Amino acid sequence: MRLYKLLLHFYPASFRAEYGDEMCAIWVRRRRDASGPMAAAALWAATLCEVPLNAAAVHGDILRQDLRYTARTLARSPGFALTAILVLALGVGANTAAFSVTDFVLIRPLPFAEPDRLLKLWQRQPGYSRMELSPPNYRDWKRMSQSFQGIGAFWDVSVNLVGQGEPERLDAASVTADLFPLLGVHPLLGRLFTAEEDREGAAGTLLLSHQLWRTLFGGDASVIGRRVNLDNEPYTVIGVMPPDFHFPTHTAELWTPMRFTEQSFQDRDNNYLEVVARLKPGVSLTQARAEMNVVAGQLERQYPKEDKQVGANVIRLRDEMSQQSRLLLIALSAAAGCVLLIACANLANLLLARALARRKELAVRAAMGAGRERLVRQMVTESLVLAALGGALGVLVAFAAVPLLAKLVPSSLPIAEAPTVDFRVLVFAALISGLTGIGFGVVPALRACRSDLSALREGTRTGGGRKERLRSALVIAEVMVSVVLLVSAGLLMRAMWRVQATDPGFRPEGVLTLQTALPTPKYDSTERRAQFYDRVLSGAAALPGVSSAAYITSLPMVWGGGIWAVVLQGETQERTASHTASMRFVTPGFFATMGIPLHRGRDVNETDTLDAPFVAVVSESFVRRYWPDQNPLGRHFQFAFHDRMVAGVVGDVRVRGLERPSEPQVYLPYRQVQDGWVTGYLPKHLVVRAAGDPQRLLPAIRRIVRGADTEQPISDVRMMTDIIAETTASRRAQVRVLGAFAALAFLLAGVGIHGLLSFAVSRRTQEIGVRIALGARPGQIVKMIARQGAALAAAGVLPGAVLAYAAARAIEALLAGVEPGDPLTFTSAMGLCLAMTVLGSFLPALRAVRIDPITAIRSE
Amino acid sequence: MPSRHRSPESLLPLPSATLHILLAVAAEDRHGYAIIQDVAARTNGELKLSAGTLYRSIQRMLEQGLIVETQERPAPELDDARRRYYRITPFGGEVARAEARRLTQLVRMARDRGFVEGRA
Repeated sequence: MRLYKLLLHFYPASFRAEYGDEMCAIWVRRRRDASGPMAAAALWAATLCEVPLNAAAVHGDILRQDLRYTARTLARSPGFALTAILVLALGVGANTAAFSVTDFVLIRPLPFAEPDRLLKLWQRQPGYSRMELSPPNYRDWKRMSQSFQGIGAFWDVSVNLVGQGEPERLDAASVTADLFPLLGVHPLLGRLFTAEEDREGAAGTLLLSHQLWRTLFGGDASVIGRRVNLDNEPYTVIGVMPPDFHFPTHTAELWTPMRFTEQSFQDRDNNYLEVVARLKPGVSLTQARAEMNVVAGQLERQYPKEDKQVGANVIRLRDEMSQQSRLLLIALSAAAGCVLLIACANLANLLLARALARRKELAVRAAMGAGRERLVRQMVTESLVLAALGGALGVLVAFAAVPLLAKLVPSSLPIAEAPTVDFRVLVFAALISGLTGIGFGVVPALRACRSDLSALREGTRTGGGRKERLRSALVIAEVMVSVVLLVSAGLLMRAMWRVQATDPGFRPEGVLTLQTALPTPKYDSTERRAQFYDRVLSGAAALPGVSSAAYITSLPMVWGGGIWAVVLQGETQERTASHTASMRFVTPGFFATMGIPLHRGRDVNETDTLDAPFVAVVSESFVRRYWPDQNPLGRHFQFAFHDRMVAGVVGDVRVRGLERPSEPQVYLPYRQVQDGWVTGYLPKHLVVRAAGDPQRLLPAIRRIVRGADTEQPISDVRMMTDIIAETTASRRAQVRVLGAFAALAFLLAGVGIHGLLSFAVSRRTQEIGVRIALGARPGQIVKMIARQGAALAAAGVLPGAVLAYAAARAIEALLAGVEPGDPLTFTSAMGLCLAMTVLGSFLPALRAVRIDPITAIRSE
Repeated sequence: MPSRHRSPESLLPLPSATLHILLAVAAEDRHGYAIIQDVAARTNGELKLSAGTLYRSIQRMLEQGLIVETQERPAPELDDARRRYYRITPFGGEVARAEARRLTQLVRMARDRGFVEGRA
């Protein structure tokens, strides 16, 4: 009997209260009729099966009934329903979108086998915490370490692919044969590289990315074994990688084996290898770090000159992104959370107001015998329905918003370019919608249902002081949170303006850039290259509107590398951060084309050949560092294996982008490159300055390049202004996203204030009517309402400002030097919130003034 | 919430438990256990309603207005205070008749196809 009573708890309480006793009585008689242990057991078995099923059916009945009731009540107040759904949709949408990006970048494991054990190994040396390895150091680290199951290396290359339609320039990676097995990836088609294919002199083989296979080879499965030309050398396609494989980043489209030569291991200063390792099972990151420090120390003793102060920096592959990207995503999630908080506060306020308005209806239903549990359940069903509708709409909002957030995905991770709204994200959306629905439906429901029959007696003046206080607190919280978001967005906006106002050191307007990377060994000879440049540059210069054209190794902001040690006469070779400069080879006219001012001396020219003295044009910061207050012209320094003489001085350029300091720059004449030397530095970026829209020249320039070499692909056609804009793209995205969140929060808080004051006015209609009847002037009534609004605003704005300062300190790293307590931003944000309060109280005040005292008093 | 404006046909087909309960209370007011016993007797023990099924059906039938709880009680010596007695409503009668008509038509159609042995 007791057990049966316990079982009855599966049923809804109202049902149990109604029929529980009779059901127990029936069960007792049944139990009495069941004679013998077998019959009793059968009865128990049947009961145990039957009760939960029946109870579920009863719950279903009630749910259906509540849903029908909800549909009717919501249809009766469409304004309320629509507002609640929209508020929820915005809150859920913002959070779902933010979660999809955060999950994609920070939470979800990398798409490799046991990704937690994958590490990145870097050289640490003065001035650089993450320096690539040189092949000899890579070989020694691999040989001397015990912590790893495997170590592999790669470096980013780009290649000209010929033989498949138009010649194409592709981003690729050259990898050691052990790298892909170490990652635990398998090809979709074909096979991975073998150790034999990764030897000096082995025939060329390559793996295609899924993307390239689809676009260039039409997804043809017979592509395995196909011959293609990369940089004029034959390669055979041996496999296709799966669609979700992006390594080292999403831009890589094919992979070739590293094929180290004996010569690769000669130079310990030639740092270009990125190294990935997999920890042995049971070995911790700390142990690996300790071991690598020992290894680096041994090498430093062995090669005191090249490996001086070279340590090891071991990090997780997952953490291969800047602290800023991480901080930004955390800030984004926090901001989205704030929006949700405000949305919830608004929703709770709406529901509270509605519950108050429905007190009479609820009291009537209670009087007719509906239990409290039944009423609460009804109201929670209602808020869950709202939450479900709002959540569904919110997912649509997220679908629309996620592409806008793609710019916030750091490009340094081996993951796809942009997240997709997938199952995990949908579960998240459902979860927060449900929690919101329950959390913010239950409280108003409980509060509303606590009221008993007194509501029937009380008349129209409903609502008590406690509810009013709760609602005010919610609105104050909304104002607080919107101040935080407004300040954060404002600070980021100021940071963006500051960055965008940085002088890049050149005039980007009207400069068209494109890349023609000359393949070696075809273009090993300096003379042959000169012919190509000459034909292209003279052809481009002759085009209408073109004022000048030139070539450079790599454009500023496109590539920040190429850093070499500078040695003045009489000093020992020491490669430290304070004695390095970036090296670029240029053709004559580069400075004029880019608008880089020539301060002293001359530009490089056609007579600076291999037979002439080696000269260099250096930037001002180079002069400041080595010969402050002296005439640098004619002075000598050692740089990239040669003695160079300063022939000219030009302005500094932001090589590493607008936000990072750059090394001084050294420009060398393009003819002073020996045959077959430093192929990575051959000038490949063409810059053309022209009046009007330089893009119109593109067809002509393509013709000119084809005239110079029919197999030469053109890639990366961009305006210099776009290149600069791209460096601030993620900042613009940050500002857009946070700005949108702040605007949303601001709007919702405004709606909240308006709602609260409107409600207060309608509740005090009678009182205001009496005041007017007693001779209160409209100004006094307005002041009374406005004072209430101002009190709410002040209570929210001041603590909001304190919180905002804390938030600003937390995102200081994103602020590009803008003070976290920037007074202009704070006063603007606080002013905006006060203005919002004034606007929010305007309509309710107007309504109050228009109250007709006679009707107001009579209505009681 | 009895639905006054619904046609009897809108509730068809009736769940078999519902029809059996209507039959049980058609002749006289009955309480829960009496309904179970009546149904079992008329079906020769084939259909033994469980308490859960019974009261779930009763709750729904009350809402649909097929039955009402009656305040009239039997003589005190036969009564049990916990018991509630149910009575069929005129609407309940209409619904039962409509369901019977539906079933008759169904049986007729089955007979036309030769699925029913013998004559009615």
